[in-house]
Amino acid sequence: MQVPILKQGAYLIATVQSALTDEDLKQLRDTLVLQVSKVRARGVIVDVTALDVIDSFATRTLRDVAYMIRLRGAETVIVGIQPEVAFSMVKLGLTLEGVATSLDLEEGLAYLDRKAKAHEREVRAHR
Amino acid sequence: MSGSQDVATVTQARLETTASRLRELVAHLRHQRAQLREEWARLITEAKLLTAMTKEEIFAEATSVYDNYVEALETGTYEALQAYARNLSERIIPRGVETHEVVGIVLLLRDVLARSLFATYHEDFNKLNRILDAYEPAANRIAATVAVGFVQERERIIREQQEAIRELSTPVLQVRERLLILPIIGVIDPQRARQLTEQLLRGIRTNRAKVVVLDITGVPYIDSPVANHLVQTVEAARLLGATVIVTGLSPEIAQTLVNIGVDLGKMNTVGDLQGGIEEAERLLGYKVVLMQESVAQSA
Repeated sequence: MQVPILKQGAYLIATVQSALTDEDLKQLRDTLVLQVSKVRARGVIVDVTALDVIDSFATRTLRDVAYMIRLRGAETVIVGIQPEVAFSMVKLGLTLEGVATSLDLEEGLAYLDRKAKAHEREVRAHR
Repeated sequence: MSGSQDVATVTQARLETTASRLRELVAHLRHQRAQLREEWARLITEAKLLTAMTKEEIFAEATSVYDNYVEALETGTYEALQAYARNLSERIIPRGVETHEVVGIVLLLRDVLARSLFATYHEDFNKLNRILDAYEPAANRIAATVAVGFVQERERIIREQQEAIRELSTPVLQVRERLLILPIIGVIDPQRARQLTEQLLRGIRTNRAKVVVLDITGVPYIDSPVANHLVQTVEAARLLGATVIVTGLSPEIAQTLVNIGVDLGKMNTVGDLQGGIEEAERLLGYKVVLMQESVAQSA
């Protein structure tokens, strides 16, 4: 099951549609990390609303995606983690440390916009 | 071989005689219905049972209990009586009728009927004995059925109320757009902790909250499993994109959290509820200004 990746302005949006195998996850990671500089995206949103389970491999892959994309000069935000999923993740000690999370797509976009603005201010202050 | 056959025949015969005696008994009770029912209602009033009900109500209930009682004796099935007992309990429990009253009236009825049997058959002692043999087990079973029905109904009501109290015990309140507060009062046991997590995470989703102030001023202490649970809830909320600010930690709770080795980087805590709400407003970008000041500024 391939995850469709859409370009929306300066952002890439990957919407997970159904449960993913480890292979699918790796492919998603590679595609996103590759695409992000190809289209000069400033931010990436991974929407996991459809996932009923997020296991340790998925968590690690999502974290890797976020870290790798940061190294490639963009921000990542994971959106749409379900309340039950969130709590079972935490119970397993999977807390997605250092990765931004938002309630849903809308919030994720707002977060990236805020980040972009803050970055701009910083740059201006630097000059 | 013939011995076992004999036993079977004897058992069969005994069953038949029990059935025929019960039939006789039922006929007797039907015949004496008006009189016995009145006698019973009188005894109930005399014993000061069912004081929450009027005389007419007692008489009406006594009539239906009596008829159900006789029917249970006749048919030997207790489902109808059970349903009736449950229905009766449902009606009288809200009026403050106690368990001893219900058990009391059923036992009174048993006594009234037994007395009437004595009065009718006192000349033929053997027959009286046989009739009582048939009557007593059935009567005891009926008494137990009614009493159990009543207690079960009470337990059901208590369970419902407990559920209601539990629901009330973790309110999720929206104070501003995107800002929820959860004031917790009283001891948090594991079940309440679970419910708190559920309400908090669901509240974040339905209210699209960005900041939640969890005020535990009213919680005297927590044990380490619950403390761990609390920390996990805070982390789960972050996965939903919300920040939790915990306020009003008592010295005991602070001690517990330090003992379980909480990561203070993950836990946002402020001294009191006021400070928590102010911090939340700052996070959300609100600025609260006194009216006079704002007038002075614009002037």
